[in-house]
Amino acid sequence: MTDPHDDTDDSEESPRRTDPGVPHLGRDEQPAVYGPDYRVEAGAAIDDPVARAADGDADAAGSPVGDSTTGAPVADGGVSDLDPANYDAVDVFDTGDLDLRDGSDSCYKCSTCDTSCPVAEVDDSFPGPKFQGPEQWRLKRKEDHDIDESITSCSNCMRCDSACPSSVPLSQMHNEARGEYVEERMEKLSREYVRNRILSNYRFFAAIASRTPRLANFVTGLGVTQWAGEKLLGITSEREFPDFAEETFREWWRSRGGAQVENPDKRVAYFHGCYSNYNTPEVGKAMVRVYEQFGYEVLVPPQKCSGTPMFANGMLDDARRHAETNVESLVAAIGDGADVIASCTSCSLSLRQEYPELFDLHGIEDVAEHTFEALEYLRIREDLSGALADAEFDGDADAFAYHAPCHARNQGLSRQAIETLHDVDGVTVEDVGDSCSGISGTYGWKAEKYDYSMEIGEEMFEHMADAEGEVGMTECPTCAMQMEHGTGYEIQHPLQVLEATLVE
Amino acid sequence: MAITSDVLVVGGGLAGITAALSTAREGADVRLVSHKQSTLQQASGLVDALGYVPPTDTGSDPGETPTAGRTGVRDRPDPEGPLADPFGAIDRLPVDHPYRLVGADALREGLELFDETVAGYRGAHTDRNALVPTFGGTVKPTARYPAATAAGLASDDRPMLVVGFRSLTEFDARQVAERLSAAGVPFPVTGAEVAFPAAFRDDAKITRFARALDLDEPVDGTPARRALADAVAPHLDAADGGAARVGFPAFLGDDAAPAVRAELADRLGVNVFEIPTGPPSLPGLRLADRLYEALDAAGVRYETGVPVVGRELADGGGDATGGHVDTLLVDRKGTRVPYAADAVVLATGGLVGKGIDSDRDGVYEPVLGCHVPHPAERYEWYVDDAFGDQPYARFGVRADERLRPLDADGEVQFPNVRVAGATLGGADVAREKSASGVSLATGLVAGREAAAEAAR
Repeated sequence: MTDPHDDTDDSEESPRRTDPGVPHLGRDEQPAVYGPDYRVEAGAAIDDPVARAADGDADAAGSPVGDSTTGAPVADGGVSDLDPANYDAVDVFDTGDLDLRDGSDSCYKCSTCDTSCPVAEVDDSFPGPKFQGPEQWRLKRKEDHDIDESITSCSNCMRCDSACPSSVPLSQMHNEARGEYVEERMEKLSREYVRNRILSNYRFFAAIASRTPRLANFVTGLGVTQWAGEKLLGITSEREFPDFAEETFREWWRSRGGAQVENPDKRVAYFHGCYSNYNTPEVGKAMVRVYEQFGYEVLVPPQKCSGTPMFANGMLDDARRHAETNVESLVAAIGDGADVIASCTSCSLSLRQEYPELFDLHGIEDVAEHTFEALEYLRIREDLSGALADAEFDGDADAFAYHAPCHARNQGLSRQAIETLHDVDGVTVEDVGDSCSGISGTYGWKAEKYDYSMEIGEEMFEHMADAEGEVGMTECPTCAMQMEHGTGYEIQHPLQVLEATLVE
Repeated sequence: MAITSDVLVVGGGLAGITAALSTAREGADVRLVSHKQSTLQQASGLVDALGYVPPTDTGSDPGETPTAGRTGVRDRPDPEGPLADPFGAIDRLPVDHPYRLVGADALREGLELFDETVAGYRGAHTDRNALVPTFGGTVKPTARYPAATAAGLASDDRPMLVVGFRSLTEFDARQVAERLSAAGVPFPVTGAEVAFPAAFRDDAKITRFARALDLDEPVDGTPARRALADAVAPHLDAADGGAARVGFPAFLGDDAAPAVRAELADRLGVNVFEIPTGPPSLPGLRLADRLYEALDAAGVRYETGVPVVGRELADGGGDATGGHVDTLLVDRKGTRVPYAADAVVLATGGLVGKGIDSDRDGVYEPVLGCHVPHPAERYEWYVDDAFGDQPYARFGVRADERLRPLDADGEVQFPNVRVAGATLGGADVAREKSASGVSLATGLVAGREAAAEAAR
């Protein structure tokens, strides 16, 4: 029996280099610094990179080891510049806010990322993740080189991350480049900027709309609203805005009196995200009921947007602001013995990967290490398959066409729903393949991307039509929108099937 | 709770998939985990068994000084080959070669498993190697090849045209043709660069071309397949005697590849074939798709995107001989999730695939910490001749005939572990043209062995 939180190093067992470990380089070793408070003024004070490197060494050693104008080692320290043990690569480039040099050097240009990119397969103006990541990162080391506008065509599906055989932190590079592009090159009064800001701050508008959900649904359902959205903002009129629930998840939570189970030994903090709160509270309710069935005390801490749509639109300052709230309240929950559970795979990926990659907030690594997707956690902590085998499914639909969200992939979760629900008697779940749904959060909402979004989704729509089930299934709210939009199917979350099986 | 299975296969390449299928055939419950999307997309899609027996001096202990007496560029002896019969040459490989451990029958059975699993491949009708043209203009002895390459075999004496496209810079059709001629192929061959597809961006990805052909998208108003045939047709006469077959870089469709080839052949009135390219390789992607479908059909559970970063031995076990591996720890974005199994197959790849790693201090196997014999002196890891008898090419885990990993003393290091594919040392697969065959043969045996271990 192993505690998955035990991150103690078992290095006493064997010498270092036979230690099991993640292959070298890549995201695992990247320091994470982004945000207004952490900006390094590029080129400030020190112009000579060699001297800068030498200065850096001197700082690290706590005493001068070389002449800072030439970088030559001094002899009296007994250090020879020919001794490889004392040699370290000189930092020739200004490495930017995030030091992505190692990641860039890890790229050997196999182009695997390009072949896994759903956008490059349909959009002839998009040069692909290899350019957006390591190539552009290197180009940018030249002072007169700006970020190319094509970075805004990346949908942030992050499939390149799981494709790269060399652990190049592609999405981290894309996030940095996109943030820089938006900050330095995007006109803040432009329609595109305003539109992207609105799309990324979905939570802000959803919060207002949810105060009068019926009115909001009426207004967003009006043809004139969709027409105005497209004409004034560039939000496609092809899609119908999602309905707002008449009672948000948090309203339901308060009205039921919060947690029904108290258990200091089994506590989870639910990160419901925006969509489960404002649009599909039934997913959040399923999470709570299933977890309570297994004896967990569910906490619902204060929270804001996970940042996923903000990353995808380069709104890093917005994302950081929301992250401050999230990290603070989740750290407190972890302090109370809870693990963090998300029902949306983009939320869990954001907390686990993008947060520590991009922001340096107190406790952010703890949040990343304690975050799980809802099904994943039960599979690790409980005998879920045994519980499902003993139970009887009591739901309406019993055959589902399941689509694995791209963001589930990087967490190793793209097959868990299929595998878990296989144990439920009387339920058929078919995988509709490994293609991208095409919506990628806000990407498919942009008028100029709508056609690409539907082209990317075509393969999934076809496979859904071929599947036996007439109800779709996925963990991601925007994949669900796309699945519904392309097929007209109702879409459920795997937690809803667990609820219909396990909860009396 | 740990995530459990009878057998846990680590690695999603050809060896890992073969091991998982082989385990499933024995009736065991098997799970496969892979750090990344399968690296089969870096592979040519050709399935080689043994194309050459390169001369080597591996009689000495790999921990000694293997470079002593090795020769350089000028006096590098020719390898034996290309071999017509891969099976008959196995006895002439070094004694610690994986083929010598598992035997020619394992290779035969591994190929049979492949034939039963993957549709659309040729070569199963004979024990003999086929000679398939490569994008480097060489001919590769290979045991199985995609039907898409069948019309290009070098044993066929019909005149050949090879076409290339400016945007696919790695594929130079004229150079391919010149090299094939220089290699002495028994047919006239000509290369031509054709002006298609003008509508795509200069650095369009092969997946973009494949998609356009799959869907027969309009290219400047003309359906893509017709546009491509129209672009190639004027060059057919460039080949001596008129081309009877045309070779394309391997981008002729993905899901609809057979229909794309058939339509092009019909429009051009000649046979159409693909020449496998370097990575990213569409034939490799297609092969990966077929193999993962087969895993699904065989009831193998799999997950990709997460690395194995540690292991836990059974109580009382140390690193010493006798350590029974109970649990592997899988890293999910910073959280270590335990996976428990009765038996483990290690198929994480070799030095290229990072299943074997090295630093200045030595060469090691990072997942389980299996022993990897190698000279302590770093300068003994390689010779100057880049294409020569490189010691590092044979670095890897040494195993017994049941593919259990061996420690420095030649004793079994982890009794419930089996090792397969490039993680095993002893083969120089690049010079032998044996990578796929080694994966199939050892994957088959490792899977069968792991199932037996789990049933014990």
